[in-house]
Amino acid sequence: MSQYPIKPELQVSGKLSDNERLKAESDHLRGTIKQDLDDEITGGFNGDNFMLVRFHGMYQQDDRDIRAERAAQKLEPLHNVMLRARMPGGIITPKQWLAIDQFAAEKTLYGSIRLTTRQTFQFHGVLKPHIKPMHQFLNSIGIDSIATAGDVNRNVLCTSNPVESVLHQQAYQWAVKISEHLLPKTRAYAEIWLDEEKVETTETEPVLGENYLPRKFKTTVVIPPHNDIDVHANDLNFVAIAENGKLIGFNVLVGGGLAMTFGDTSTYPRKAEALGFISLEHTLKVAEHVVTVQRDYGDRVNRKNAKTKYTIDRIGVDTFKAEVEQRVGVPFSPARPFEFTSRGDRFGWVAGIDGKHHLTLFIENGRVLDFPGKPLKTGLAAIASVHQGDFRMTANQNLIIAGVPAEQKALIEQLARDHGLIDESHSEQRKNSMACVSFPTCPLAMAEAERYLPELVTKVESLLAKHQLADDHIVLRVTGCPNGCGRAMLAEVGLVGRAPGKYNVYLGGNKIGTRIPKLYLDNVGESQILSELDNLIGRWATERNSGECFGDFVIRTGVVAEVKVSKTDFHA
Amino acid sequence: MLLSSLVAQASPLSEQQVQQLQGLVSQLNPIQQAWVSGYLAASAQLGGAQTAAPAAAAASSASLTIVYGSQTGNARHVAEALASLAKAKNIAAKVIDLADYKSSQLKNEQYLIIVTSTYGEGEPPENAVSFYNFLFSKKAPKVPQLKFAVLGLGDTSYEFFCKTAADFDERLAELGGQRLQARSDLDVDYDAAADSWNNALINVVEPEFARAPSAQVINWPGQAAPVAASQYNKQQPFAAELYTNQKITGRDSAKDVRHIEISLEGSGLTYLPGDALGVYFENDPVIVTELLSLTGLEGTAQVNLANQSLSLTDALTSQLELTQSYPAFVEKYAAASGNDALQQLATDKTALRSYLAVRQIIDIVREYPVTSTSISAQQLVDALRKQQPRLYSIASSQAEVEQEVHLTVAVVRYDAFGQPHVGGASGYLAERLAEGDRIKVFVEQNNNFRLPANDDTPVIMIGPGTGIAPFRAFLQERDARGASGKNWLFFGNPHFTQDFLYQTELQGYLKQGLLSKLDVAFSRDSAEKVYVQHKLRKHAAELFQWLEQGAHVYICGDANRMAKDVHQALLDIVQQQGGKSAEQAQLYLDELRVAKRYQKDVY
Repeated sequence: MSQYPIKPELQVSGKLSDNERLKAESDHLRGTIKQDLDDEITGGFNGDNFMLVRFHGMYQQDDRDIRAERAAQKLEPLHNVMLRARMPGGIITPKQWLAIDQFAAEKTLYGSIRLTTRQTFQFHGVLKPHIKPMHQFLNSIGIDSIATAGDVNRNVLCTSNPVESVLHQQAYQWAVKISEHLLPKTRAYAEIWLDEEKVETTETEPVLGENYLPRKFKTTVVIPPHNDIDVHANDLNFVAIAENGKLIGFNVLVGGGLAMTFGDTSTYPRKAEALGFISLEHTLKVAEHVVTVQRDYGDRVNRKNAKTKYTIDRIGVDTFKAEVEQRVGVPFSPARPFEFTSRGDRFGWVAGIDGKHHLTLFIENGRVLDFPGKPLKTGLAAIASVHQGDFRMTANQNLIIAGVPAEQKALIEQLARDHGLIDESHSEQRKNSMACVSFPTCPLAMAEAERYLPELVTKVESLLAKHQLADDHIVLRVTGCPNGCGRAMLAEVGLVGRAPGKYNVYLGGNKIGTRIPKLYLDNVGESQILSELDNLIGRWATERNSGECFGDFVIRTGVVAEVKVSKTDFHA
Repeated sequence: MLLSSLVAQASPLSEQQVQQLQGLVSQLNPIQQAWVSGYLAASAQLGGAQTAAPAAAAASSASLTIVYGSQTGNARHVAEALASLAKAKNIAAKVIDLADYKSSQLKNEQYLIIVTSTYGEGEPPENAVSFYNFLFSKKAPKVPQLKFAVLGLGDTSYEFFCKTAADFDERLAELGGQRLQARSDLDVDYDAAADSWNNALINVVEPEFARAPSAQVINWPGQAAPVAASQYNKQQPFAAELYTNQKITGRDSAKDVRHIEISLEGSGLTYLPGDALGVYFENDPVIVTELLSLTGLEGTAQVNLANQSLSLTDALTSQLELTQSYPAFVEKYAAASGNDALQQLATDKTALRSYLAVRQIIDIVREYPVTSTSISAQQLVDALRKQQPRLYSIASSQAEVEQEVHLTVAVVRYDAFGQPHVGGASGYLAERLAEGDRIKVFVEQNNNFRLPANDDTPVIMIGPGTGIAPFRAFLQERDARGASGKNWLFFGNPHFTQDFLYQTELQGYLKQGLLSKLDVAFSRDSAEKVYVQHKLRKHAAELFQWLEQGAHVYICGDANRMAKDVHQALLDIVQQQGGKSAEQAQLYLDELRVAKRYQKDVY
């Protein structure tokens, strides 16, 4: 399957996982999705199609709050899909925004637009009859959802840095190019959703392979010193290296990833590590071959060990690097120095070097919906109807009104204030807290996340206030299961759902997202979490070094041991 | 001598015997006639003991043919009661479902008693349609030999009250029949009146049968009543335990449909798929209390009802009809309360009907309250009519659920005149009865809604809404019997996510292959409303193919619109797919109906 000689000693042998069978039998991701769309007896997808629709950017979900109720009613679960759009770098035009705003209101069960940690938007609760029209509608406004889920390269992130506008524009263009380059070549999406003719050619997948990748694959383009996209949560990162404000190449970091499986110590969150520096012209080739090496040597037997991070730990980073170099035909140069200094979004107005103004709005949990007294969704639609620049979704689930000319600043700000989009009462703590979607839509959720976060933040705020730290904050993240969407495994305090009301608590990440936290409390409820945090925050308040962040403090004082090498340290 | 010119005076036969002989011979071919003549000659030589009877006993060879057109079983009960009366007087009588009555028999019939209801907009009940069509067709014979009587059962709330009975009555007279007694059209509360009409009729015919040597009541053609003897029936219902009351529409549904499970344990009651369960209920105590308060009457006041003395509260709660309103109440109540406006309304039948259509008894009393000085407890009770049990198509097969009986009940619930309204029986089942409580029930058989006897026969079931109930029973039965025939179900309702009744069960049947096909129409999920008839048309070719393969077709549910639209769709399908004219298509369905391959349970 590969055009490069395969080294069997680098492969994992054994019976392939069932996902490999279904990809192989899928006729390049078509399966029998078309037939399922005509099946009026169920709102879900049957058999393999349940998995295959993911490659088209959708997850089959159901309203878990009413699953038992519906079972008693002799009704199937309220099947629907979540759609995740492909928006490299998270840039969306006001015209597109207005269109998705309307679609969300009219055709989704929840009526909301979700800004996600993958720097894109999601529709939640799309019933089967609306699925195909949804794709056609998106296509009509220049958006698709190809490969935003499944065993492929997913939406490519790019630092939302409106200030360095020239550099950002260059980096963003690369994010788009990488995304396009790594897309599946199958015409399944066009045929199934857009009714395009089946073209009689022999279809191949030269990059992803006929069986696609062993597991999901995540790529970013990051512009230091800002680490908003959290490089260490991603398989492949291009770290922009600039000279005199101009992009000259990238440091390449590989093997980051946060997912794990409870009770399986062969799984762990892991940071990405550097392969070296490449100049710009090799970017796509390097992207392609990090993918092909992972394609050829990733574990296709055990899906829990299938991600790039485990491939690197298994075959060694030097072997991995050599394979990539051999395929690209160019060696990596030594990595250039760079530094991350921040991770959160810079809320409020900033002026870019191009003279345009940019307003970053805090959107709690990324949930764009009209709330009582806070008609956020209506407000953003009002802004979209007058805005002349673009919108940028951030990997922290927030939104930037970017490229505002000076004369429109007042109008945009007024609209934002009128609709509760600017709220000075939001604390630093709230702005630096994050959760995944979890209940009621996510089928993997074990505990509440998004619905729980606001009240948890309020309680942490009062702990900070109690210890005279009200203006300080701790990077706090809650994720409903150990798969990592909420990126809790890069938080100073990370909660990972175990069961309703129960979480594992991990401590010791840092502000800039370059350290994996370590387990501190196992399977505990809120009262214990809060009493432990009360104690630790109290100690931090009195014993901290000047400017020392909470994550650094708990490592220095030995509350938890530092995770330096995940494979050996995380479960130690 | 030609038989056609034979007259009584010229033969040893009575006039009636001549008619009978003419009737018989007209049906025989020459070979049969030869055989009969030989048979009779031989019989006479043996002494004629078996057949010889005095001429005066001629009438004894006749019998009362009692036919019924019935949607709910009421007409059948009255017909059977009449037959019992006849039997007590030694009058031979046979009770025949009109669906089984051979129209060709009419020209020979001597005594025909028709008991029939009417439904919808003055149409005959489903089992009477074939006979009705025959009677009003050119093929209908002159019936000078016929003596007949017609009894109508109906509901005065409806515009076309007892129209079918009137039609039969007039038509038979037109064809030369002689009335044994005048027709009566009876309202919902028909029991006593039906008894007296039956008794009067027996008194009329008794002299004609005076010398009958023996009599028998025949349930003909004998398909009826596999129901094992149980001491419980409509008059003596069984107090059954409610096992389960489960809502089976989603939380966002505009409908509230309940899956009800009731235990028949200890009752000896049995039923077949297709039968209905009769349910007696108690009225909402809140409404009873309000009614007492509006009328200023004491609940403890003793009243007389059917020769029993009981408290007004008890009468209102469990004996009288409070949810369905009817003209007689308005008339009596208006008179008792002396309310001019209401009395005025009572005289305008059309206005009264539309007034009543949207009102329960309580609405009328709220609008026209009285004081105790103008109405007595007994007057109120006399104005109200006796509660009629509600019939629900049974949604289970005993082959699967054994001693249980399941129902699919749509809860009638709406707001009107600023007040919430709930249906009598459905509200009782859904809201006021707790699991473990007892409810009075009986089995009402329906021999005109039966699975094919042959398990290999394909079955097409069309049951939108709660019309799915008997088909759940059918599927359970076919499953338990291991029936190899194909099963095709059409279901419809407003919304897929909220109103797909028994969705998971049907998905299971589809998966296991019991259901060969399942087609659904969710009318409110798309811009254009899609109903089951659209799905039928969509699958016209295959549907016609099934019919040609001998499939039975069943429709259950709404009579006024759905059943008509589905019928029209079937006509069109047969016409188009079979390359037939409209008349031929009609004939095709008529033949299916006569062959009991096209059956309806509509309401």
